[in-house]
Amino acid sequence: MSLTLPIYLDHNATTPMDPRVLDAMMPYFTEKFGNAASRNHRYGWEGEEGVDYAREQVANLIGCTAKEVVWTSGSTESNNLAIKGVADMYGKKGNHIITAVHEHKATLDPVKRLQKQGFDVTWLEPNSDGIITAEAVEAAVRPDTVLVTIMWANNELGTINEIPEIGRMLKQKFSEKDKPIFHTDATQWVGKMPTDVERDGVDLLSASAHKMYGPKGVGFLYVRRRRPRVRLTPIMDGGGHERGMRSGTLNVTGIVGMGVACEIAGKEMDAEQQRLLKMRTRLEEGILSKLPMAVVNGHPTKRLPGTTNISFPYVEGESLMMAIKEIAVSSGSACTSASLEPSYVLKALGLGDEIAHSSIRFGLGRFTTEEEIDYTIEKVVKNVQHLLDMSPLWEMVQEGIDLDSIEWGAH
Amino acid sequence: MAYSEKVIDHYENPRNIGTMDKADPDVGTGIVGAPECGDVMRLQIKVNPETGVIEDAKFKTFGCGSAIASSSLATEWLKGKSLHDADEIKNTDIVQELALPPVKIHCSVLAEDAIKHALEDYLEKHGKTMESLHEHDHEHEHAHEDAQA
Repeated sequence: MSLTLPIYLDHNATTPMDPRVLDAMMPYFTEKFGNAASRNHRYGWEGEEGVDYAREQVANLIGCTAKEVVWTSGSTESNNLAIKGVADMYGKKGNHIITAVHEHKATLDPVKRLQKQGFDVTWLEPNSDGIITAEAVEAAVRPDTVLVTIMWANNELGTINEIPEIGRMLKQKFSEKDKPIFHTDATQWVGKMPTDVERDGVDLLSASAHKMYGPKGVGFLYVRRRRPRVRLTPIMDGGGHERGMRSGTLNVTGIVGMGVACEIAGKEMDAEQQRLLKMRTRLEEGILSKLPMAVVNGHPTKRLPGTTNISFPYVEGESLMMAIKEIAVSSGSACTSASLEPSYVLKALGLGDEIAHSSIRFGLGRFTTEEEIDYTIEKVVKNVQHLLDMSPLWEMVQEGIDLDSIEWGAH
Repeated sequence: MAYSEKVIDHYENPRNIGTMDKADPDVGTGIVGAPECGDVMRLQIKVNPETGVIEDAKFKTFGCGSAIASSSLATEWLKGKSLHDADEIKNTDIVQELALPPVKIHCSVLAEDAIKHALEDYLEKHGKTMESLHEHDHEHEHAHEDAQA
């Protein structure tokens, strides 16, 4: 089999649609085009049936009931609805929110907005392994805490936060009535790892279809209905769809796709995890054995099986991406971002800017092959070597010079 | 980031990568930038003591594709130039030659700085200043003025 270039190793950004998902969606574009809210004809009923079936498929994957699934346009909307919705609904009860500095922008920005409006926010900082522990949340939680929002797995590192432990801790520490609402942005987690919102004590959970081989533009927010019943102030007002929490005609086609994507993910999860972990180990070992200065960022084992974030010190990330243009990856380098700032996630781990500048995220996925991994290892090793030969910093390190002892000019 | 063909060419086939002996009196070394900013350039020149012409130039750069291309191009341009002419190389010339996009202009500024630092280092070793390079310019101007008078 020949390789198709560039090789796609950016599955944390988005995934290709599984052809089985597309097949399920097709009729809903044309024949079954009805509005799921049309209650009085067959077209509407067909749409509603599709949506209801998808709700069951989601519920089966995350261990909730179908009524607890609120369809959205994706995780950014789900996070906004969860965070702003809780703040508005429970703001009278308390004024304190807990989150972490290395959350996705879709969490950071809504929380920052609330902070401007007067909420008191605790920004937890991870350890060097990137993980937010239940202990850290417990130390920050107060009687006036209304919301704890911590992502399940980090999008840049793949590191896994202690979500079940946090859920359990909150339940033990507070009565049902006084417990802060616990939201998790599970965009990178759901569909890849086993999820059970009952067992894990999660009240609100955000997910997106396109991260799990479904279509873009559709996602959901799980909203707990009992023990406790979570209420949210909607962002979108209109026809009162989705129990009044999210008005707007449902994206029936996308929702059907998301449902199937969830069903496939649930069925194939165990095998897929093992396969991805094996390939990621092959990738990491292949690179690290030949480039001993390379480092894997974040916790060594508590990571999503398909994700690895590797820094190549003394080599700049953008130039490396340019060198390995046959491989589609993502970098924490400033040069690849609009802001010219290196990744705030890597900086949150306490890594120097130069480490952040030199990081590459490899995101493996369902259709990644061993052949592609071997090609990637070869390309990365060859080009990092080439860039090291070109790097004045590497030369200094080889000569035994401590780079921190040098007074660098600013520019 | 879409780069020009020239940037890609310099990046893929960098000219004059290497290291010269910093202690050699004929060598001038300029190191500019900082690791936390994502660019460090080291540019070195070797000057023929008889003729005062730059015989060889080498670089090593930690940085993005444009930073590597800017320093590679600088070494090409330096070879065969007098110190005076080397000091005339402007970052805008590099921007133009490599068709650098606006966000990458700082790479060309860094390359110009590296050239200046290398010249300064060489001149310092010989008890001279950068100004001494342009004494001649004034003489020419004066001569010109005299002729006009």
